[in-house]
Amino acid sequence: MTKTEKASNFSRRAVLKAGGALVVSIGMPIGLDAVLAINAAYAQNSKPPLTPDQLSSFIAVNADGSVTAYFGKVDMGQGLAVGIRQIVAEELDVPFERVMLVAGDTASTVNQGGASGSTGVQDGGKQMRMAAAEARRVLVEMAAQKFNAPAEKCTVTDGVVGDGSNKASYAELIGGRYFNVQLAWNKEQGNRLYAPGQAKPKNPKEYKIVGQPIPREDIALKVYAKHEYVTDIRRPGMLHARMIRPPVAGAMPASIDKNSIKDIPGVQVYQDQGFLAVLADKEWNAVQAAEKLKVTWSDAQPPFIDQKALYDHIRKAPVRKHEEKKPVGNTDEAFKSAAQVLEAEYEWPFQSHACMGPACSVVEIKNDEVTCWSGTQKPHYVQEGVAATLGVPVEKVHAIWTEGPGSYGRSDADDAAMDAAVLAKATGRPVRVQYTRAQATGWDPKGPASVHRVRAALDSEGKVVAYEFSSKGFSRNDVDTNGSKPRATLAGHLRGVALHSGDNFGFPDEGYEFPNRKMTWETIAPLLDRASPLRTSHLRDPVGPQIQFASESFMDELAAKLKVDPVEFRLRHLKAPRDIAVIKAAAEKAGWQPRPSPQSKQTGNIANGRGIAYARRGQTVVAVVADVEVDRSSGKIWARKFTVAHDCGLIINPKALQHTIEGNIVQSLSRSVLEDVKFDNKNVTSVDWVSYPIIDIAEAPETIDIVLINRPDRAPSGAGEPSSRPVAAAIANAVFDATGVRIRRAPLTPDRVKAALS
Amino acid sequence: MSQKFSLNVNGNVHTVDADPNMPLLYALRDDLGLNNPRFGCGLAQCGACTVHINGVATRSCVTPISAVGNGKVVTLAGLGTPEKPHPLQAAFVEEQVPQCGYCLNGWVMTAAALLDKKKKPSDAEIKDALAGVKCRCGTHVAIMRAVKRAAAMMG
Repeated sequence: MTKTEKASNFSRRAVLKAGGALVVSIGMPIGLDAVLAINAAYAQNSKPPLTPDQLSSFIAVNADGSVTAYFGKVDMGQGLAVGIRQIVAEELDVPFERVMLVAGDTASTVNQGGASGSTGVQDGGKQMRMAAAEARRVLVEMAAQKFNAPAEKCTVTDGVVGDGSNKASYAELIGGRYFNVQLAWNKEQGNRLYAPGQAKPKNPKEYKIVGQPIPREDIALKVYAKHEYVTDIRRPGMLHARMIRPPVAGAMPASIDKNSIKDIPGVQVYQDQGFLAVLADKEWNAVQAAEKLKVTWSDAQPPFIDQKALYDHIRKAPVRKHEEKKPVGNTDEAFKSAAQVLEAEYEWPFQSHACMGPACSVVEIKNDEVTCWSGTQKPHYVQEGVAATLGVPVEKVHAIWTEGPGSYGRSDADDAAMDAAVLAKATGRPVRVQYTRAQATGWDPKGPASVHRVRAALDSEGKVVAYEFSSKGFSRNDVDTNGSKPRATLAGHLRGVALHSGDNFGFPDEGYEFPNRKMTWETIAPLLDRASPLRTSHLRDPVGPQIQFASESFMDELAAKLKVDPVEFRLRHLKAPRDIAVIKAAAEKAGWQPRPSPQSKQTGNIANGRGIAYARRGQTVVAVVADVEVDRSSGKIWARKFTVAHDCGLIINPKALQHTIEGNIVQSLSRSVLEDVKFDNKNVTSVDWVSYPIIDIAEAPETIDIVLINRPDRAPSGAGEPSSRPVAAAIANAVFDATGVRIRRAPLTPDRVKAALS
Repeated sequence: MSQKFSLNVNGNVHTVDADPNMPLLYALRDDLGLNNPRFGCGLAQCGACTVHINGVATRSCVTPISAVGNGKVVTLAGLGTPEKPHPLQAAFVEEQVPQCGYCLNGWVMTAAALLDKKKKPSDAEIKDALAGVKCRCGTHVAIMRAVKRAAAMMG
């Protein structure tokens, strides 16, 4: 069994029924024949089909008693792998070190959605917990039958089941064989996949492994240069490829002068409509060929607007989709009787994933079997995408997730996989596609640019009586958030498949209880409908940072207008205890002194300020206090300290969580003060680290204080992204506190701050 | 035209047949099969390809192989091993620094060159030395902790 079987092809249940599979009622008096039959029924030598309704698709006990967990999500460096191993070890009562994890390989894991929406622990961990608990239940039952003792009398210590007088290790019970146990699969694929067994998982009060700050194992491998990234995959006979993208977005190759690279040994050119690549045995030759190949491009109309007109364009562009959240009360009426009305608009630019390395992928086709190594967040969808791109059955494609150079959403990784697939088929050889730096920021899917308008009515006592929030921008998914369809990949577009742009945005996620509230969003068409370097898709906390930049900046504007302390003002409108708790915890840890913003005029070139912002993201709540210095002469902001209070329910691994939050804070700081994809009317002009700067170590905060609020009574919710969400507003609010100047356009670059101060 | 070059890498001498203009990075990765120096930009803007040449932190993506001469090249793998770690490697593991870790060559090799010359550098000196090295996952705060930890270990 090397390939994923489609659920629809799977008839194992029917086979079992036909063979008269056992139905066992627990606690029923049982004879020896039945015992042997049960053990045979629970364990078998051949692996059952890889489908979500099989326990063997998630858990295996190896011959030596170690456990392998098979996980259909992937760890993008935030420590998910260690967390999942903790969850599995905990439920199975085996030492942590005895649990291994296989993640994101389509031949041995089911589609649990890949890295997506901060659901690694929340959804992925939930499933692994249930599967591990079921494995323990079955193993205990097998042992109980062996001991001829009731299962309730059995305990498990370090993978050994005992009833007081007998002992049997997991290895003895099933080691090296496979579980033959059905799970109650909800028939969903991806993030929603859920397939519990009969077992009831542990009460968190019993946890010994979950909750421990166990270090990640991949770190030492990385630090000692032993970790294999997708860029390190080498196959015999492999060709190195570089893609050639047009200088004017939308232009097609009109003619190609192959003579221009005739002196470069072993080089070939491949073209299919707009898809153009050079390939060579030696990587350096491919690099040179890509530089030297003379291509004449079709006369394409420059597809873009002047970047200066971006936000006007968004405001004026026809609305493609309008969506409204279920309103509260009647804002129109409430605005009529308001004592005061405050209104503001905020703007957020296109941003790039700008991964540390440009995407890379290797595809090999052997005897009609396709293998794709990809740094994608969603290998099961890349499997589908490669199959669709090549026109082969999904079962013929094996996608192997191999860690890439950073990943924060639907990046360029999925595009590289499809390019490699096209080229492997065209050349008949394994192909490694390595994008260039210019392509990494120039041609990756972008986080969408948007405009947000907020309006509030205040009563005579300074309470918000009506609130309206509207967003208008490019969709969060011009291209799908995974590479499963050619319509969503550059290879698809360039080979003639039309874009099918999604129309989605989002709403502020917070708990303010305004008596009248209206929230809407509107999307507009992409500037170029095919193979656009400004096509959008998910970038860490999709549309969260821009929306909360607006909503939480505006809360501060209201507080300032009323001359109320920003913490106090937020608390006035919140009732949910966890929202209140994170705000209070962050303020207390930061040593927040209640007073209105801005603070009194500071003399000198450096102005200090503090700002707070908070957000929900699903079930997770987070508050962030930023302490900033503003250099008045240069306009440069230094966010010297962040204080974060974070509540994502039960904490699986506080160390991994701390590092995840630190990364989110610093990356979001970078996006808040520096990152802005530049483009002219022809193309994206952010093509390296100078034209798309990210944060430098001198600009990073000195301190990030984190208060982790652990709630063992609540299921764990996402942590991969939520702390990214309030950072921009916390910084903007701190800049206002320091200077009295409100900046409503991100990023808060030195030029912008300086201009606002003068 | 390609030429033969003799490269001393992590104490071993290798012969590589290459275009003199080919950057050292491609020789290390493609001809020698070393995975650790990484391609990040090819423009000396990020640090992912950093190696030491005679103890100097050098961006191998823009260093032509012909410029290496008899220089002793040390890569991250040559800096230390789990059994005999460089203090920076021990500190980066202890502080659990990286997320994706693709940037590590830049930080560790650049900081190693600094700590080789400067005992107990100040925060400002560390930041100066590491200016221009990129990390996209935002692990900078942990990087500072690790470099300071290593500096303390080195006395």
